[in-house]
Amino acid sequence: MPVSLFPAQRSTRTSLRMLGPDGQPLARKYFAEKTGKDLDADEVVRGFEVDKEKFVIVTDEELERLAPEKTRDIDLKQFVPADSIPPIYFERGYFLTPAAGSQKAYKLLAETMEKSGLAGIATFVMRGKEYLVAIFSEKGILRAETMRFADELRSPSDIGLPKKKEASKATVHKFEKLIATRSKKQFSPSKLEDKQTESLLKLVKKKQANRANVVKVEEEADTDHKVVDLVQILKKSLGARK
Amino acid sequence: MAARAIWKGQLKLGGTRVPVKLYSAVQDRTVRFHVLDDRQKKRVKQHMINPDSGDEVPTEEIQKGYEIEPGRYVILTAEDLEKLQPPASRDIEIVEFVPQTKISQQWYERPYYLGPDGDEKDYFALVDALQNKESEGIANWVMRNKYYSGALRAVDDYLFLFTLRDANEVILADELTKPSGAAPTQKELAMAKQLVEMLQGEFNPKEYKDEYRERVMEFIEKKAKGHAPRLKAVKAKPKTTALDSVLAKSIESLRKKEKRAA
Repeated sequence: MPVSLFPAQRSTRTSLRMLGPDGQPLARKYFAEKTGKDLDADEVVRGFEVDKEKFVIVTDEELERLAPEKTRDIDLKQFVPADSIPPIYFERGYFLTPAAGSQKAYKLLAETMEKSGLAGIATFVMRGKEYLVAIFSEKGILRAETMRFADELRSPSDIGLPKKKEASKATVHKFEKLIATRSKKQFSPSKLEDKQTESLLKLVKKKQANRANVVKVEEEADTDHKVVDLVQILKKSLGARK
Repeated sequence: MAARAIWKGQLKLGGTRVPVKLYSAVQDRTVRFHVLDDRQKKRVKQHMINPDSGDEVPTEEIQKGYEIEPGRYVILTAEDLEKLQPPASRDIEIVEFVPQTKISQQWYERPYYLGPDGDEKDYFALVDALQNKESEGIANWVMRNKYYSGALRAVDDYLFLFTLRDANEVILADELTKPSGAAPTQKELAMAKQLVEMLQGEFNPKEYKDEYRERVMEFIEKKAKGHAPRLKAVKAKPKTTALDSVLAKSIESLRKKEKRAA
């Protein structure tokens, strides 16, 4: 069943651009330390340090060939109750949208999973990395959450946390009361405001009023400045009739 | 060997404060490569250049700007950026609690262990209380000059603090439209249900290994010794066939597996 992957999060982290003395946007460039010469993309290679300053060069082609046979397939191995996976595993979300000709299979899987309350566990390789994912079905749409592998998580003893001590009933009760008085039935994401971006934008607006704080540079014709609306792209992809 | 705490703070619950240490729950195992100069096979460095002239721009001449529209930047000075930093605090403020299943997977970002810092009694009492109430706390805090929002959970006798994504960062299924196309037939639904049920089990994370990472490391080790194996080119995958025949085949092969296992 061919599907396309789209990130399930927008990048909201407002990043600042590095500018030169005249406001010219700058570019990051690799250079050789010894000669000081700038290096283009085809003049650098990828090396794994096996010993101090001793590297094994690994090419793109080798990495591609090392990927398991069914490299781009999302191989569904198991279905588990959707709420049984601890949140410690979740990393990033991707919406899956049906590719041309697979709408029917997509809808069938989505409906079956949603009705039974199950999530599918799968593995696949994408851009030189193997992913373990849990696929959830919500409102007829499939979403993959990439997960950490078990050996990427530390245990309490890895960290050296103390053994559990018996807590006094009175203290437990005190905390239970504190929890009860602050309990809400639903989670409201509006509690998760991005204060960082908010205060940055406020300051930018204030400074913008003074022209001395604003620099303008000629844009190169080929720079792509279109703001990508992920939701629009997703909607189009979900509704594509081909 | 015990891990080092990356931060110290205190959980603030009304008037009560529970001192804690924060530890990363994740151990990065990604195979890390260095970028090397192809000719010298030496590590490279990075600097900023003016793309028009190709000249290096020294650090002290670099300004930071926020792009308000294509080609127009508002310059932010070092003083401005300092003003933007949140006031330093050690408080992890718990604003409210929700039942444990209410936060969808999409919100969770990074897990941290919280360990007791000094007083262990309050720490383990809070673990018990959260578990008894099957609740999860919503927290706000400032760590290393950044604002964070997160979820406080008790798992297997210990407290975890998860960072959560910002409200406008997550795209919810509600914002999207269902895929178009014909609805599946009853027969197809029945077959799919059967297939899914045959593959149903309990989530056992230890069953899954990053095989690709293992292969890459094995290859690097062999290449370091001077005998890299020859790798075959990747094969193209076969074409997919009609849905019901694929379903029937999958069910058939699973049945055979079960019979063999029985």
